[in-house]
Order: sequence, then C-alpha cells, then structure tokens
Amino acid sequence: MKFIKSFNKIKLLPLFMVALLISACNTDETQEVAQLNNLIMQDEFDVDGAPDSSMWTYDIGDGTAQGLPAGWGNNELQYYTDRSENVTVENGLLVLTAREEAFEGANYTSARLTTQGLFEQQYGRFEARIKLPTGKGVWPAFWLLGNDCDQNPWPQCGEIDIMEYLGDGPTITFGSAHGPGYNGEFSVSKEYEIENDRFDEGFHIFGIEWGPDYINYYVDGDLYQTITPGVVAQQAEDVEDEFINAPENAGEWVFNRPFYIIINMAVGGNLPGSPNAETVFPQRMLVDYVRVYN
Amino acid sequence: MKKIRLIKSKNAFLLGLILILCYGCERDISDEAVPATFPTIGDIFTDTPIGLTEEFFNSFDPAAGANVNGFGTDNAEAYEGSTSIRIDVPAPNDPDGGFIGGIFEDAGEGRNLTQYDALTFWAKGSTTGIVEAGFGTDFVEDKYAVSFPNIQLSTDWKKYIIPIPDPSKLVQEKGMFLFAAGTQSTNGFGFTFWIDELRFENLGTLGQEVPRIFNGANLVQEAFIGSTIQINGISYTANLPSGINQTINAAPSYFEFSSSNESVATVSELGVISVSGVGTTTITATLGNNVALGELELTSVGPFPSAPVPTRDAANVISLFSDAYTNVPVRHYNGFFEPFQTTEGGAGADPNNVDLQVPAPGGGVDNIINYTSLNFVSIGTYDTVPLVDISAMSHLHVDINVRETIDGGDFLRISLESGTGVGPTTSGNFIINSAALGNTDENGWLSLDIPISSFSGFSDPANLGQVFFVTDATISDIWVDNVYFYNE
Repeated sequence: MKFIKSFNKIKLLPLFMVALLISACNTDETQEVAQLNNLIMQDEFDVDGAPDSSMWTYDIGDGTAQGLPAGWGNNELQYYTDRSENVTVENGLLVLTAREEAFEGANYTSARLTTQGLFEQQYGRFEARIKLPTGKGVWPAFWLLGNDCDQNPWPQCGEIDIMEYLGDGPTITFGSAHGPGYNGEFSVSKEYEIENDRFDEGFHIFGIEWGPDYINYYVDGDLYQTITPGVVAQQAEDVEDEFINAPENAGEWVFNRPFYIIINMAVGGNLPGSPNAETVFPQRMLVDYVRVYN
Repeated sequence: MKKIRLIKSKNAFLLGLILILCYGCERDISDEAVPATFPTIGDIFTDTPIGLTEEFFNSFDPAAGANVNGFGTDNAEAYEGSTSIRIDVPAPNDPDGGFIGGIFEDAGEGRNLTQYDALTFWAKGSTTGIVEAGFGTDFVEDKYAVSFPNIQLSTDWKKYIIPIPDPSKLVQEKGMFLFAAGTQSTNGFGFTFWIDELRFENLGTLGQEVPRIFNGANLVQEAFIGSTIQINGISYTANLPSGINQTINAAPSYFEFSSSNESVATVSELGVISVSGVGTTTITATLGNNVALGELELTSVGPFPSAPVPTRDAANVISLFSDAYTNVPVRHYNGFFEPFQTTEGGAGADPNNVDLQVPAPGGGVDNIINYTSLNFVSIGTYDTVPLVDISAMSHLHVDINVRETIDGGDFLRISLESGTGVGPTTSGNFIINSAALGNTDENGWLSLDIPISSFSGFSDPANLGQVFFVTDATISDIWVDNVYFYNE
C-alpha cells in the first residue's frame, strides 16, 4: 500500500506519456461528479516488473481452488496465472494479457489481481484509468467485492462492478451492483456508451464514488448511474419472481463494510460468449493507475 | 560539378519549411502562398443531392450491360426527411441491361474529406439482397477507390459504415459514391433498394485498423529481371462500433510500398513491382501509421530463362497458348475441377493474363503458365467456346519446364480428349517418364513434338475439347509455354 499525498507525479519518460498524464490530471481537476479528493491509496505502476506485492495478490486457476465451479461460476475459459506472460508492469502501465495457449487443461490464460487482505476500504472514490482490449469473448473488469464473502457467501457480501466491458462492443461499458435478491443477470446495471470514441483505442477513466447510501458511477467526466438503497430494493421487488427462493432480506443494502479491488480479464463465459475466429490473441488490458480517495 | 548542385528533395522540403517559418516571423504569409483547399462538405444526399454533378448518377457503361433505367428518387420512402434514392435492380436478361451501378461525382473540383473517417448511409431493400458500395471512383484515375462488395440489405432501414483507409489522402476527391447491384444473391429475381442520408462522417468509433497486402500472407517467390508483379490482395479492415470487422477493398494508392533492396526491385505508387537486378528483396507496405500484414520475399536469379521461340509458319499452326501465334478461344487454362483437382495457376481464359509475364527474348511480353500443386489440369476448348478441329495437324508441340528436382518415379502424362461436353468422347495418352523429363535445354525447357497419332484412342481430331497434363502429384510445379498443334 502506498499512501502518497502528491499525485501530480509526472514522469520524464516518453513525451507522449507526459502528454497523457497531463491530460489525465486535467480530467481529475475538472472532475465534476466526484466530491472526494483526499487521496488515500494509489498505484501509478511506475516500477517495471511484477506488480507491487504490498498492494496486489492473485487469484490463480479456474476458480475450483476458490470453491467455485470451474470457470469461476460463469463458464469462463481462462486459467489465471501470476506469470509475467499474463501480468506485468512495464512503461508505467499494469499490463494484463489474455493468451490463447494450452495451460493446465485450459485453452486460454489471463490474470486476476486483487487487493484482498492488502487494501480494503469502506466508502470512497475508486478510480482507474484503463485502455481496454478488443474482440468477441474478451471480458475485462475493474470491480469491488465485500471482504466477508467467506462468512457471508456471495451475493450477500456484495459486489460493485465499477467497469465491465465486452470486447465485441467497443463503445460500451457497464456498471453494476449485486446483492441479495439482485444479482447475476438481475443485478442493478447500466450501460455507458461513449460518443465519437471507443474504449480500445485510448485510455479512459472509470470510477465510482461510494457513500453510506449511494454509489455514483462515472466514465471520464460523465456521471451515468446512481444506485441507492431505494434503487436496489425496487430492483429486488421487480425481479422477485425470477428467483425460486428469493432471500428474506432481498433488496438489502449490503454496501456498508470494507470492500477490496479486483482487476481481471476473463475469456469466454456466459456473458461474453466464446471467442470467435476473428478474435485476435494476445489481448491486452492496460491500466495507467488505480487511485482511491475519501 | 553536377553532383554538388543536387539537393535531395527531402532536404529541399525542409529548407522550404525553414524559409516559410522565418518568413512567417516577418509578416503573415500572403494569400497566394496559402495552399488551395477544397470544400469539406460531407453530405452527399439527404433529400436531394448535395453538391453533385447535374446528372447526379453516372452509370457504368451500358454497352457492358449496365441498366440506366433503374435509378431515381422516391418521395414515398425515406429514412429521414421526405425523399430517398431508389434503385431498381434488373433481372439478368433485362434487354436494357442486366445489372445497375455507377457513381456520384462532386460538382466542383473535388472535396477535401480529410476530416472524415467513414462513408455512411442508411439503406433498406425489398428483399435481403447483397449490393456493393464504395467511393473514390471517378472514372478517371480511381486513385483512391474503396469498395465494400458485401452490403447485406435488410428489409428495414439499417445504417452502413464504409471506413476510409487513410483520410489524409483525400484532399481533393471527386468520387463521392459508387454502387453496383445484380441479382446474383437473389437467384436472378430483380429487387429494389433505397439509400438515404448518404454522407462522409467523422464517427470516431472505428478502431483496430488492419491493412493487408497479399491477403495478409507472407509469400516467397522467384522473380526475373525485367518482369513485373502486381501487388494483389490489398484490403483494409476496421472494427466497427458494433464489434464487426469490416474489410473493404482499397486502392494501392492508400499504401506506401517499400522494397528492402531497391537494386533488386522497386515498387510504384500503384503497387507494381519491377524487378531490375539479381538478389533478394522483401516487399512490404504501410498505411498511415500501420504496417500492413503480408509481405513478399522476392529472389531474382537473373533474366527469365525463356523457352525456345517457335519458328513454324503460322499458316500450319493451331495454337492454344503461345505469344508467337494468335490463339484460338479457350474455355480455361485450369478448370479447377472439384473435388479431386489440387492444381493452382492458369486461372482464366486470357492467354495474355496468366501467371507470369516476363520479357520475351525478342522484345515484348512472354506469358507463361505456372501450374503449382499439380495433380492434373486441362486446357479446355468446349462449353463456352467451339471445339477445335485439329484434323489437318500432325503434331502437338508443348514446352515444359519442371521447377523441381525430377525423381525416379516422376512422370507427365498428356491426354487429348475429343467431343467434350457434347459427347461421345474419345481420348488418348502420351507418357513422358522421368528420364525423358530430364532431356531439357540449358534453360531447363523440355520441348516436346508428339505425333497426334501417338495418342492412341483419340479418334475424333475434328472435335478437340481438352488437353490434359497429369502428374498424379509426382511433379507439382511446372511452367508451360507454346502449346500448339502443327502440320508437317
């Protein structure tokens, strides 16, 4: 964990990076939707090599070691590793790489980083600047999971998806919240479609601002969704019939405890479908920074 | 003295820039120094044509079958506003022309389209036919022509996007739109389609550009001094906001070509490789900032080792393939018979547009067939062309150059077939074994003169339909030249 106060740290590496960083800072400074500006955690990915082990750990494998059905409960096709082929820091960026290769019985490899046990935070502004990949079947995400899933199994522990994206919809990301009685395909979720641009040709900022009774979702400077206890309760009511055994506490607001950060890139699965003949591998997800404010 | 005065054009350009900049410090550049720019209007048709020539639609040549009657506007159909373009696609046997197509041209001297990244339009069809659309064709140079041949119409309005490969090239473009439609996709039934809101747009939603030459393949080829090779398989793919990869055909002029060894070969702006020396060079291309997929490694071994030039009197010759004689019409130089034939090369029926064009010993061009992956192949004179009467001829002549090592079991069997397509057929074989195949001149050519009487069983020489070359894959790569019959 790095508790760094000054975040206007401009590198003197390649000129275009300087330009990118300047514009990133400008975006922050003109940020209108975010109110929280006290930086409490950041990783700027400035040191080449493996990601900072004081901040990041890895989920390895196909999910079975974590007690999930193979494919992380979603029929995903990748095997996650912590090899540099799948996750590394270079040129000021965290690089997640999805590869097509036979590995431990899977046909694809990729990576999933978490801050579980290293950085867990209740409320705040969670933000990352990311360049996304392309292609059918590629499914990257920047999200939060409640730190009590071992005691209160998902979805009771809560999930906040700051950004999800499907590689065959290069102009669309979506933000969601999952909890009891509103989860999976019945989560509270909204798409954000970028105008005159796409997410795989440049970096964009994905963030939430999360307080006791709200989660605000934004992309770059655009606030596009506010989720409140009223919204999740209404959603649980609306989808009640979809659940065979809706929990008694369906619609409960479960976002009032520390959550940790996950960055991953899945391949295939129920939501994106499998890669097709036109999906090019390897695919890379580039993260310029992750910052948390309160 | 002369050398000292030479300034490389690049340096001269830089020098000019410096001069202009310095000049700019003094005072504003005069109006005369401002480069001419052309209108940047993106709209082509909304409810009316925008800035197009008075004729609006300039058809393909009616003499070639283009139907000029099916083009108009329709006040009863529009995606937006009141009016759309209506195109009635004729049936193939329509006496006024069996297909429809043409271009829209800018009324002025052309437009500056550098600020746009795509041609877009809305279209709908009376049925789900397939049509072609594009831009950059002006019937003059067609320098920056782009076309997408597979517009799959829907029976409701749908938006179509045709990416511009490199907008910076389009500083003065006259070719605003091109379409072409036949009934190949509708089993010969005519149909109607409408186009509306046709314009160049800056979408910003296109990405993952992939330019390609040679269809993205890395090829290795032998070449000869004096020969030319056209770069083919030129395309450009962009990923649309829908996630679909749209691949269009793009003119060579969008690309910058380069040769790694210009003493071996150079490439023109139009993608024509000219081989000028001995050695190896790699031909590559870029489009804007993107390196094209695909390259060609050429090894030039020297001048082409030509076959002996035929000397027989044309009056005593019936030729199927030779630059020395007028050839009779053929149906094909390769029938690509499925499913058993593997042979490549010899495509088409034009003896002047086959596999190799090399300098002829006496000047001019020598066309050579290069069969590869050969198991069997025929030269066909039936079906679409008359059977050939060789009853007055005594011999078959053919020059063969085997482009690989000849092994013990290798053979070439030549067959003549009569009555093809009209039946009954007769045929006869003549086999050249591996020893005979090695009986070549210093250039590697085996010149065969085979009495027609040697093709035992071929009994109807008045109706020749096919000449077969069969190796059963014992030999897979041959050059063929001077296939003709003669009498002596």
